[in-house]
Order: sequence, then structure tokens, then C-alpha cells
Amino acid sequence: MAAPKYVDMESQDNKAKEDQPFTHKKISRRLLLGGAATTAIVAMQSSLGKWIQVSAQQPLLKIDDPTKRIGPGPSVAGKRSPFEHPVRIKSDTSSRTPLQDLYSSLTPSDLHYERHHAGVPLIDPEKHELLIHGMVDNPMVFKLTDLKRFPSVTRTCFLECSGNFRSGKETMNPQEICGLTSQSEWTGLMLSTLFREAGVQPKATWFLAEGSDAAVMTRSIPVKKGFDDAMIVYAQNGEAIRPEQGYPMRLLLPGWEGNTCIKWLRRLELSDAPFMTREETSKYTYPVKDRIRQFSFEMDARSIITYPAYPNQLERGWVEIRGIAWSGRGKVVQVEVSTDAGKTWNAARLQEPVLDKAHTYFRYLWQWKGDETEIMSRAIDETNYTQPTLQQLIDARGSQINGYHMNPITAWQIKRDGRVLFKYIN
Amino acid sequence: MPKRFNIGNTFLAIALGLCVIVILGAYNNKLATVNVSGFGADTTQWPTSFGFGKPATQQQIMAWDIDVRSDGLGLPPGSGTVVQGRVIYNTKCMACHGSLEKALPPDAKLPAPVLVSDSTSKVKAIGNYWPYASTVFDYIRRAMPYNLPGSLTDNEVYSVTAYLLNANKIIKADAMLDAKSLPQIVMPAQQLFINDDRHGGPEVR
Repeated sequence: MAAPKYVDMESQDNKAKEDQPFTHKKISRRLLLGGAATTAIVAMQSSLGKWIQVSAQQPLLKIDDPTKRIGPGPSVAGKRSPFEHPVRIKSDTSSRTPLQDLYSSLTPSDLHYERHHAGVPLIDPEKHELLIHGMVDNPMVFKLTDLKRFPSVTRTCFLECSGNFRSGKETMNPQEICGLTSQSEWTGLMLSTLFREAGVQPKATWFLAEGSDAAVMTRSIPVKKGFDDAMIVYAQNGEAIRPEQGYPMRLLLPGWEGNTCIKWLRRLELSDAPFMTREETSKYTYPVKDRIRQFSFEMDARSIITYPAYPNQLERGWVEIRGIAWSGRGKVVQVEVSTDAGKTWNAARLQEPVLDKAHTYFRYLWQWKGDETEIMSRAIDETNYTQPTLQQLIDARGSQINGYHMNPITAWQIKRDGRVLFKYIN
Repeated sequence: MPKRFNIGNTFLAIALGLCVIVILGAYNNKLATVNVSGFGADTTQWPTSFGFGKPATQQQIMAWDIDVRSDGLGLPPGSGTVVQGRVIYNTKCMACHGSLEKALPPDAKLPAPVLVSDSTSKVKAIGNYWPYASTVFDYIRRAMPYNLPGSLTDNEVYSVTAYLLNANKIIKADAMLDAKSLPQIVMPAQQLFINDDRHGGPEVR
């Protein structure tokens, strides 16, 4: 994820499409009819005034009229309309949420972004155990069923990979630029509940969280975050957490970079120093001038307009500009939109409720008169941080900037013919 | 019938009113008590322990506690050398990470990250970017080789670590690594690392 440059998304796009059961082209009349015959039985009144059934030829029926045909009955699990096919774009190690296909701040579970380092493990929850040890009075082992007995909590927040900015060409959509962010409603227990049960000792200042995947992923986390708002979650959007998101349980650190929210969690070790694992030293760190910044946990405030965006074709007249804004440091207090390439800014409407450390949907009504311009948004959070420009980030960190913790203002060029193109900066 | 002042009903009303006040009072007291514990939504106090889960056995802790801290805490017994590491690397690592002895063509694309660098390299690898030698050991032991993670013995991990550190010109070719010597290695990049200094607010950092 280090390279901020665009890398061959086309081939990945095609791959993603191959996985889909439906595309527009494949929808046939046969599918819509459920394989119905070309003739049908209809009721008709005979000359004697008696209702009889006759075989009618096709033209009598409007076969694509849903009011003239009984649809399929209930099913054990629902599916999307065959006309809708939002898909993730996948690479070998990650997949991206189709932000432009979503209508609100929540991400359907099967479209949540993925980033894993050695594939998705298959874990039997009956066999899975969570060990907590190290600087605790009572080293303990918990099964999933044990964790579910503790007082539970539900929280909606975003989860974002800290390597979530790509650039490099005009024909990139929101998903390709920053699709490594998603939002779910998570349910589990507060980590503080478990800390209390195990008796975390006062000298413990860090803890190691370890996953049960083939990377045995590990990150060191300050104990303070563990007592603050960290959770161990086993449910996502009302059902068991998805395998790609850490089934049967994961760590959730609201507002912090996704990599710290260890999936397939199997071990917590309390310690008085960080462990300096690979993912917190050689990865997930970045140059700042002549130094390397480490333990960069919070995701700074950010926003992106998801409509209109590439590849939309804009029509003159009223346009509702829509997008998402979020901050790992608290609530988004304002989103400002510019429709004149950043010269003037106006407040967008925020969809209530605005949640802490959560995607916040925004809308801004605009009348496009056909002039060439640029539209963009910037988020302001409750710490009074304003989403910076790419140039501001470069000024602050130096030109050796890499792909981590990049949250620049993202602009779309509106061409006279209504084309919308990503404004990338080399 | 003349209207009469019904003293009984008045008493009843006052008594009922008092009851309501007493009940409300008790309710408020209860809320206040619960709030002190910090769990306002709950109806009872939390126990000291819920008693869920079971105590961890020393055996399970030892089987899973594979991490190695930067000060060397967690390093297992055993040792390894550069010479031994070279053999293991060429058998089990080279297919993905490439040979460390022959220069790669400039346009070469390896399936896995480059592992050797120095202060003049553009690429970030062990020699110019990894702040602790312990991380090399810890990572190889837990996650490598990619197709057979966790399959190397502790001696093999010490040896591959030694070979990689030597290829990055950090230790000598005749060096031997063990739990005592490994934490004493000072990596060139260690001095570059600083803790996050962003803290929200108007300043862009």
C-alpha cells in the first residue's frame, strides 16, 4: 500500500466483474420470466357469459409488466436486484468499497473493504480461543460463547486502511481513489470489560494484539486506548462478523488505522513497552522530513464527493452533490463544498445523526450552468482540524511523502460537455 | 343533599402523593448509585468478576507466546550463523525474494519485497528502514516462508536472520546470533524513528 501511484486497476476491474453472477448483458427475458413458456393461460368470458380458460398467444400479455405476473415467493436469504451489481475492486491483498454506489454512510457487509496479509483464514468458532496474558493478575482464555455472555455494546464507526490514497490518472472513481474505507454497525464487548476481568496491572502500558491468520498479524496498542473505547466485536451489521472482517472476532479501535484493528483475534499480551513488530516499524510508518513517523494511529479528517464523480456524465441544471466525510478524532462538525475550484466554500448539509468517528453523509445543492469548473469538499472535525490540500501535506511532511495517512482534498473537474474527471496532481 | 367536605378523600390524595414522592426518591437514589459505577444504563452493579472464561494454562501461553520484543524479551534458546542462513535462504526464501548475491536487473519484479538496502538505496528495506533486528527474527518466525508460515526451527530463524543482517552489512560474515547477541545489534534506521506528533487541531502535520 506504500505506493500512492495508480497501479493497473483495469485488469483488477475485469477480474472483479468475472466474479459477478449478473451483468446487464446477461439479463435475458427468460431470467425475468423465470423461464416461462411463450403461451399462457388467461381467463376469458364466453358468449354465454361463462368464464372459461383459454390458451392465449404471447402478444395478449405484457410479459415485462410486473403487475400482470405473480413473482417468486419468499426465500430463506435475500439477494440484490439483478439490476444492481455493486462490486469491490480486488487485488491480491485488498479489495475496495464501491463508495460511488452507496446512498448513505453505511457499507453493506459484503462490500466492506478488505486488506489482509496472508489470506482469509477459515476459523471454527467452537475451536477458536482468545488468550489474554502478560501483565495481568489472571491470565485467561475465552471462547466466543464466553465473550458473548459479557455486557455487550453496539457502535457504528468507520474503518479505514491508513494507505488509502491513490492518484495518477483522470479516469479514477471514488472507489479507486479511496475505497479502503467502510462503515459498519459493530457489536461486541468493551475491551475494558475484559481488561477488568483479567486484572490488567497498573505497570502495563502497551498490549500486543495478535491474529489467527497465516500472517499471525500483530500490532502494539497503548493500554490507554484499550480502556478508552476499544472493543472486541463479533457482530457486524446485526449478524456474525464476516470472515473477511475477522470472523469470529476482531479488535475494533474506533478512529484508528485499520491495520491496528486486528482481525481473527486470538491473543492479547499486556506489556510495559511496545513490541516493535514488522507492521509498526517497516510498514505503516512514513517519512516526515528527515525522520520516520511511527505509531501514527488516528485517521485524520477527510471527505470525498462520491456524486458527481468519474465516470458520471453531468447534465445542466440542478445537481445534488453528495459524499462522505469522517474523522478518527471525533465528530465531523462541518463539510464545506466548493464549486469554483476552491475560491469560495459553502457549508454542506450533514445527514443526522452525526456520529463520533463515523462516516457522515453530506449533501449540497448546486446549479450547474454548463461552465467548466472543479468541485471539491473539505471536512472539519471537532478538534478544529480542516482537511488539508495535498500541497499542505507535502509542505508539512516533505516531498518524500508515501501513501500512509494521506487525506488530501479531492477535486473533480467538470468539463463543458458534462464529463467528470478526477483532478490528480503529479 | 348538602355538599360535604370529604376529609377521607383528601387524606387519600395526600397519602398517594407521598407514596409517589418516596418511590421517585428511591428511584433517583438507585440511579445515582449506579451512575457512580460508571454504567448508568445498567440496573445493577457489576460484579468484581463475571466468572466467564477459564484460567489460561502455562502450556497454552507458552505455545502461543511467540513474540520477541525489541529488547530481546521472548527470544528462544538456540543460535544460528550467516553460513547456515545462506543455505536455508537459497532453499526456502530466494524463489520469492531473489538472490542476495547477484544483482537484480533494474526492471526485475519480485513476488516479494526486496530485503537488502543501504543508506544510498531508494528502496526501503532492512538495511535502511528497519529500526530493530528483533523484528527480523519475530517476523520470519511467525509469518515466513509465505507458503509454509511457522515451519522454520528457532535455529533456522536465527540463521536466516543472521544471513539477512550480513547481506545488509549490519553484522560480520562470521557472526553467530542468539538470544544474547541479537538484541545488542543497533540498526542504522533506529535513530530516524519518531513517535506520532499529530494531535488534531488546526495545524497540518
